[in-house]
Amino acid sequence: MNIQQISVFLENRPGAMAAFTKLLQKNNIDLRALSLAETENFGIVRVITDDPMTTVQVLKDGGYICSLTPVIAVAIEDKPGALVDLLDTMGDAGINLEYTYAFLAKKANSACIAFRVTDNEAASRLLAERGIKTLGQEDLPALFE
Amino acid sequence: MGNYHHPEIETMPREDIEALQSARLVEAVERVYNTVPAYRKKMEALGVEPRHIKGIEDLHLLPFVTKDDLREEYPYGFLGTPLDDVVRIQSTSGTTGRRVVAFYTQADIDLWEDCCARAIVAAGGTKKDVVQVCYGYGLFTGGAGLHGGAHKMGAMTLPMSSGNTDRQLQFMVDLEATIIACTPSYAAYLAESIHERGLRDQIKLKAGIFGAEAWTEEMRHDIEQSLGIKAYDIYGLTELSGPGVSFECEEQAGMHICEDHFIPEIIDPKTGEVLPKGSKGELVFTAITKEAFPLLRYRTKDITQLNYEPCACGRTHVRMHKPMGRSDDMMIVKGVNVFPSQIETVLMNKGYPANYQIIVTRVKTSDNIEVQVEMTPEMFSDSLTEVSKKEKELVGALKSMLGIYCDVKLVAPKSIIRSEGKAQRVIDKRNLY
Repeated sequence: MNIQQISVFLENRPGAMAAFTKLLQKNNIDLRALSLAETENFGIVRVITDDPMTTVQVLKDGGYICSLTPVIAVAIEDKPGALVDLLDTMGDAGINLEYTYAFLAKKANSACIAFRVTDNEAASRLLAERGIKTLGQEDLPALFE
Repeated sequence: MGNYHHPEIETMPREDIEALQSARLVEAVERVYNTVPAYRKKMEALGVEPRHIKGIEDLHLLPFVTKDDLREEYPYGFLGTPLDDVVRIQSTSGTTGRRVVAFYTQADIDLWEDCCARAIVAAGGTKKDVVQVCYGYGLFTGGAGLHGGAHKMGAMTLPMSSGNTDRQLQFMVDLEATIIACTPSYAAYLAESIHERGLRDQIKLKAGIFGAEAWTEEMRHDIEQSLGIKAYDIYGLTELSGPGVSFECEEQAGMHICEDHFIPEIIDPKTGEVLPKGSKGELVFTAITKEAFPLLRYRTKDITQLNYEPCACGRTHVRMHKPMGRSDDMMIVKGVNVFPSQIETVLMNKGYPANYQIIVTRVKTSDNIEVQVEMTPEMFSDSLTEVSKKEKELVGALKSMLGIYCDVKLVAPKSIIRSEGKAQRVIDKRNLY
């Protein structure tokens, strides 16, 4: 089970992020999660939206370079210790994170952690064995009502 | 009136220079016709034979040689002697990575070093001087040329090459260097270091011989003030030996061409027509004494003007103005020839479309070159490491091709400004001409 994250190439200059988010706003795309990884000259913006396919189309039409990356997402309780438990479990299972970010869900008491690993299938299976359910794209709307 | 390394030659009356040139030209044409098939072919295409060339007045009948010709005939196409007689090569970059290899017999080395010796003596050098050569040593002709020239005129030669500021300044002070030979931007850099370290009063420099890149009168003034020296210009190209083809005297009003070895012409770069004396146009040289790599009517692509007025220094050899531009798109960055087409070749070899822009700036005293490349979907991935790696790969590939480090910046698609559909490939902000 994966979430479709959209990764976008952005130049590292003033106004770049503003222009990007404006384009999404103009097309009524709802941002669920946002993270930005940077280098000196450029950055990769990673977003989770309510409609990944439309987002990709809108961005490509707008002249952006982007790609769809499947990431693993887990819903946890929004309380101290919940994240530690999850990460401990993953560490014990030998799952190595490439990157990760967290975002809140509208649903009461819920937070989501998205992470990129080398093998999504293997990671999902390992988490399932330990009773942790990974989210699919179709699980997101319920969390954001 | 200064010193001359070769007094009789350097002050020879004009009519004697021309008679000497004519005699040497006739002999050179005969020799080249019989030993350089690539040039003979060009002459035959024009229906010109050695017997048609009776003196310098017939020079215009001969075909030109261009850098593209040299590239096509790489490496031995323009060799003029058996390889057994060749004792050295030097090399410079060609337009798309095909280097130009220049060959030298011992006699060629001697004449080249003699020209450089003339330059050092014209800058006030004598046997008592200590010449610090900070041009790059190796395939590049800068180091080899000034090194040989310093030997020939008897000064003590410090073969420093460039780099390692600590060592440069240590020897400059401890061995009391009196003349420095390097690129003008390196001189400016060393001057800064000297001031930063409070060494200004400990250096004994009186003169500098600067070339291998364009530099303005303003830069000359700055270096002279900063180091307390007289700064002399020197010019040359690998295809004609290296530095020393022409050099400034104490008048600092144009560079005297060694006319006993190199006959200069000024042509219209578009038509190839020889222009009247004093006109501005493209500089063409005919090497009349070189043996292993004898180029006749070689188009330098440098734009300049010749001044036949007598010079107060007493030298009768014609003076050329500092190059005023290029008739092609070549740039000199960090002392190295760079053609935009080389950068294009690298990009295409790496699978990028040729959507790029080159921005050259000078930050304080050193050149900086940035190559902006438009990002494509194929290059992109979600991995920061992967995309950064691609940037680094380009830096490496460009270094391999050009010999210098370029900053590479991946930019958004369609962000490189196009006017009338054509992107401006090179933006040179240095204002060198």
